[in-house]
Amino acid sequence: MGLLFSIFTFIILLAIAFIGAYVEGLHYLFGIVLPYIAFAVFIIGIVVRIIKWAQSPVPFRITTTCGQQRSLDFIKQNKIDNPFTGLQTFIRMFFEIILFRSLFRNTKAGIKENKLTYGANKWLWLFSIVFHYSFLIIVLRHFRFFTEPVPSFVPFIQEIDGFFQIGLPIIYLTTIGITVGLLYLLARRIFDNQVRYISLASDYLPLFLILSIAITGILMRHFFKVDLTPVKQLTLSILSFQPILPADVNPIFYIHLFFVCTLLIYFPMSKLVHMPGIFLSPTRNLANNNRAKRHINPWNSDFKMHYHTYEEYEDEFREVMRDVGLPLEKEEKNVD
Amino acid sequence: MYDGWKIILGIIIFLVVFTIPLWLNIANKADTSIPELVLPTDYKECIAPRDYMRAYHMDILDEWRDKVVRQDIRMFKFKDQVVEMSLTKTCMKCHDSKQNFCDRCHNYFGVKPYCWDCHVAPEEVKKKFATREDLNRLNEDTENNNSVRR
Repeated sequence: MGLLFSIFTFIILLAIAFIGAYVEGLHYLFGIVLPYIAFAVFIIGIVVRIIKWAQSPVPFRITTTCGQQRSLDFIKQNKIDNPFTGLQTFIRMFFEIILFRSLFRNTKAGIKENKLTYGANKWLWLFSIVFHYSFLIIVLRHFRFFTEPVPSFVPFIQEIDGFFQIGLPIIYLTTIGITVGLLYLLARRIFDNQVRYISLASDYLPLFLILSIAITGILMRHFFKVDLTPVKQLTLSILSFQPILPADVNPIFYIHLFFVCTLLIYFPMSKLVHMPGIFLSPTRNLANNNRAKRHINPWNSDFKMHYHTYEEYEDEFREVMRDVGLPLEKEEKNVD
Repeated sequence: MYDGWKIILGIIIFLVVFTIPLWLNIANKADTSIPELVLPTDYKECIAPRDYMRAYHMDILDEWRDKVVRQDIRMFKFKDQVVEMSLTKTCMKCHDSKQNFCDRCHNYFGVKPYCWDCHVAPEEVKKKFATREDLNRLNEDTENNNSVRR
């Protein structure tokens, strides 16, 4: 169901992309207006999201721990997996973000000789780290279209990424990485019964979107080669707030750009917000010091909580309670 | 808002990282004009139409390289003449300046083609025997090119 719905949505998006790419009158809308809207929605959407998250109180530490917590002096603490100080928590977060450590602990349940067993399952970690880093490097490589002169890190990244000099233009390792990574993530949702059962349309759609961005990019680089000069003129002019619409931009570029814009708009309202969200995951970013420090529930002070005590309760219902013969702590004689 | 300063710091980092091209373009006073190529004056016609050459010239060079180096096919027919498949002898006979032609776009896009790992641009070997001065100039040029690229 989810798969069909997101395929349907994707086909509609693809149709819009084609209309935008091949109807010349719409180029201004799709080439200049839409990117600005998308960028604004992306930035504002994410800031709003973060502020909304930050408004949720964190009454106490809900750390998931994967090691010995700080205890007596002669018991060795696992400082990264069970942090006690801010610095240790920072280190845990740092490795979580750059190495996906919690995903590395991913296990798979299975039945072996009539027993339920949990085995290591590193494939998800492997393909997702390949995908994420490929995506990051691809975005950084795109800085050659964003600024003039091209920042010095771009040729450096290109050289490493194209180290094997396969084909011309050189096929980048990240091109293969992002495609293989995305195909694994998609295949996992489609062919693994358990994962398919819990997959929703909103799980498939981001994969389709990013895959279509990757595919259109590959098409432009390796198959239907695009004259890049008007493309860079367009991107550079947008990013320096003096938009120019060159006449001879290849339609494939408009399709690529449309999907990028769709992704940017969709980003703050989809599961993709895990990009800023990972920094705010309470099970990761809180030091496990529940026993050493008192964490006062913020509700108590923020809302000036009024507790309804038994005394007040009895005052409220005294007559009714006496009528049915319930024992009362305080008899007031002049109530009747 | 809880943990106010951490959240605000995070938001500031997010904003800076994701809008960095905008600031770079303001700082560099980005010029949105496209690179100007110095085209040959004595020759009017290339081996393929302009639009094709702009997008696909690397394909032609790649094919030539394979044919010449791997299959020993050195000539191809263009209209009624037989032309050598050679970057330096054919392409650069007309487009005689690497700096004013090839590099203009390649630098604009941060492209560093490995043609020049083996080939030497014609301008740089005009004299038959290089003098010490030439070598110095060559080194300087390469350094300049590198610094332009970086």
